[in-house]
Amino acid sequence: MSNLKVKVWRGSAEGAFQAFEVPRRESQTVLDVVTYIQRMLDPTLAYRFACRVGMCGSCAMTVNGRARWTCRTHIDSVLQEKKEITIAPLRNLPVIRDLVADMREFFDKWARAKGQFQGRLSRNDDFERINPGDPERVQVDAGIECIGCAVCYASCDVVAWNPDYLGPAALNRAWTLIKDQRDQKKMARLRAVAGDAGCHACHTHMSCTERCPKHISPTAGIAGLKRESILAFTGKSS
Amino acid sequence: MNARAQTYLWVAQRASAAVLALCVAVHLATMIYAIRGGLSAGEILARTRGNGAWLAFYSVFVLAVSVHAPIGLRPVLGEWLRWRGTSRDLFLLALALALAGLGLRAVLGVFL
Repeated sequence: MSNLKVKVWRGSAEGAFQAFEVPRRESQTVLDVVTYIQRMLDPTLAYRFACRVGMCGSCAMTVNGRARWTCRTHIDSVLQEKKEITIAPLRNLPVIRDLVADMREFFDKWARAKGQFQGRLSRNDDFERINPGDPERVQVDAGIECIGCAVCYASCDVVAWNPDYLGPAALNRAWTLIKDQRDQKKMARLRAVAGDAGCHACHTHMSCTERCPKHISPTAGIAGLKRESILAFTGKSS
Repeated sequence: MNARAQTYLWVAQRASAAVLALCVAVHLATMIYAIRGGLSAGEILARTRGNGAWLAFYSVFVLAVSVHAPIGLRPVLGEWLRWRGTSRDLFLLALALALAGLGLRAVLGVFL
């Protein structure tokens, strides 16, 4: 098969794209291409990956201008959009080096959105029984599979315009906890996510929902947070 | 701005949008109807002067604009001009008062 022309970001905030030619292979993913470059062409290339099968969320990068998991993105599908492939680190995050983005702010915002579960039972109590068909639990289940890859965060224009904005992933996490019947921190969490940097800042562009590789809709969760905040702050919450 | 205040702003923005949707529709329909035979100041004043219904309608319209526009401008100033903090909110409060004051003055102008 022929060679593939690839441009890869080198440097940190300042830097430039470097061109490589990589042998084209069957069922080749973008992560395969990056790995080939590092192992065969330039061992100084920095990138991050772990599981290679779409479970860990560590290999997300900007491929042809769009944030995606590189391990689950086939070169075939990217080539249908454009003949040349450009690979850059995730947007909206500081770049440590080459394709490695600094995820600290992303996860700090989960903490700022009070994304920690707070139950009421101790280890001496029996398990709490939750009906999987309960409407609230169904809403939790719709958003619970997030693996923290930051594709939504990198795709969000509001994060780019307002760096304090908590972002789709942190707000989705808050939403799944607020709807969790076992959780005890609802009001504190609503206060954390309904301020200037929270759910009301969302413009409902829905880039997060379109790009999420897990097909979660953070937009739906954010809309839910808006509703919950109205009920809570006007004294009509259950 | 704290979560409670931000939530009230959001509700005010949505509620005023709902009022404006109705007001704009009525306003446009009235304009299209009123200019069929040409438009004159005398004709407008004949319709509005001393008419309590039009006074109430346009007062509500103006107040909805004064609520809606400054709240909508708030994120625009923050995201485009990086203008945040108390000075932005004071400016927007002044804008709201100016819109309400000038608008109500115009409404009274065609009523009295």
